[in-house]
Amino acid sequence: MTKDLLSVGFLPLVDAALPILAQELGIAEEHGLDLRFTKDISWAAVNDRLLYGQTDVAHMLAPLTIANTLGRGRPAKAMAVPFVLGLNGNALTMSNELADEIVPDGKLAAPVDAGARLTEVISSHKKTGRRLKFGVVHRYSSHNYMLRYWLAGCGIDPDKDIDIVTISPPFAADALDNGEIDAICVGEPWNSVAVERGSGRIVLVTAQIWQRGVEKVLAMLAENLDEKRDIVERLIRALHETAARFVEPENWETNSAILARPEYLDGSVEMIRRAISDRILLSKNSETSHIPDFMFQYHEAANFPWKSQASWLYSQMLRWDDMTYSHEDQLKVEAIFRSNVYRCALDGIDTPMPSANSKIEGGIEGPLAVGTTQGQLTLSSDPFFDDRIFDPDKLPEYLTNLP
Amino acid sequence: MRIAVIDENAARAAIIEQGLAEVGERDVFIISERKGMVQAIAKIEPDVVLVDLGNPSRDMLEEYFAVSRAVAKPVAMFVDQSDEDSIAAAVDAGVSAYIVDGMSQHRLKPILDLAVRRFNAFSHLQAELQQARDALADRSIIDKAKLILVEKRNMTEPEAHKLLRSHAMNNNKRITEIAEAIVTADQLMGDVK
Repeated sequence: MTKDLLSVGFLPLVDAALPILAQELGIAEEHGLDLRFTKDISWAAVNDRLLYGQTDVAHMLAPLTIANTLGRGRPAKAMAVPFVLGLNGNALTMSNELADEIVPDGKLAAPVDAGARLTEVISSHKKTGRRLKFGVVHRYSSHNYMLRYWLAGCGIDPDKDIDIVTISPPFAADALDNGEIDAICVGEPWNSVAVERGSGRIVLVTAQIWQRGVEKVLAMLAENLDEKRDIVERLIRALHETAARFVEPENWETNSAILARPEYLDGSVEMIRRAISDRILLSKNSETSHIPDFMFQYHEAANFPWKSQASWLYSQMLRWDDMTYSHEDQLKVEAIFRSNVYRCALDGIDTPMPSANSKIEGGIEGPLAVGTTQGQLTLSSDPFFDDRIFDPDKLPEYLTNLP
Repeated sequence: MRIAVIDENAARAAIIEQGLAEVGERDVFIISERKGMVQAIAKIEPDVVLVDLGNPSRDMLEEYFAVSRAVAKPVAMFVDQSDEDSIAAAVDAGVSAYIVDGMSQHRLKPILDLAVRRFNAFSHLQAELQQARDALADRSIIDKAKLILVEKRNMTEPEAHKLLRSHAMNNNKRITEIAEAIVTADQLMGDVK
């Protein structure tokens, strides 16, 4: 059988797992695909390669696909996201000094309490003129938006009360060590690397800020999706099967070993296994803690591209990026997330499929059975830490009511 | 026009700088150190920033360009959209560029094209250097294998060479592969009588 070659751009992060494992476990091959990988160390490079045809698809920050489509900082190019590579999986790691002030007991903080303590620390620093510096991995990242959502929700102005700077994930531990930053919101394994080195402590995970927050996506140029529709649908099926195996504990050891290889994450098997099994080491010389839903995959249609998730990210871009709302832009943004392509690709496969393309984010209080086109789908609660709900049809009102 | 060239590979940066000097662009500044990069850029006040595509600091730089008031706002990936081929060539060569908003784009194109040629020339040089290194390494492994044959099988050097070559031909392998096998086997079995 001839296989279709597809080049895949990625950054060495645990949430690049699905395409890598699809190739290594032979699942891509079963779908007539041969994936070739290009590793980079900046999102700018992943983005350039995707936009100018060096790669066909890429592991990408969801908000970056929105920024590309709306032409923020570069000429606009319409993007398409037919598959979400996972939910959450990021954490906030603070320098030991700051962590001691925020959570003296060394445990995982409650978001509201940690925000209150942080407010005190910031006001005590005002006398000395010292400003806290927090790192995020990219301007257009869910990390940036989740961190800002939490800070603002706790009464801290992320632009006036602290500084937020961009730090590349591999430099997170160094930047904490040399005092360049006081905290960083980053994906795995980079929090764990900082913890193991004794550079800081994990204080919050993003799943606490939004339990079902959209994280990396499979991104491509919209024009290529139409051209390669058949290949893309096969890729979605391959990734879906890989996700089913990814969540099975019996596969964790093998999967971690594959991801740790030099050509992929070039990291520690142990740290990667912790991330994919939701067992996180919060501080050096302690025991790992089980953090349910730390990184959410496969279950509850986690890989389904909900247009409402894209809209929420757009709402945060409006909030922090000096832009004005336009209904036309919102439609462009929602068009990036291709719910229908995902649905077509998995049509007839034994997996529950939502019938809607959007939902009220943060609005599910307990297990809720939702309408499907196939199978049964029950969604668990998906709260934001402040219990706000986001209705994509009322985006301007939502923005007005935010602090 | 003021051009900042950011590249952790100081040799490549120097090659770009030299190229730009030849076309008469005198105000070229090189930044090779990650530390203090942002301050260095602010001091230069560049109209154009050329960065190697794989530079680990690019996300940080883009953030800085977007929010900084210290420099006029440069935007990513230059030239107008009608000139996508030229951008694609830059990505292929491994160059990324940022141009200050409002600067006339046709002034950038010759600079970008030159940077692309220089980056490509540098890659060729590196490839040639690597080839030369590989050839040296091959040479030395073949010599080692011959020495083993001379010592252990009481052959002359030409005989050892002939044996290696005929063995490689018969097995459809490269002579280096055969030599590597002999050296490895000797390391493992060297003391076995």
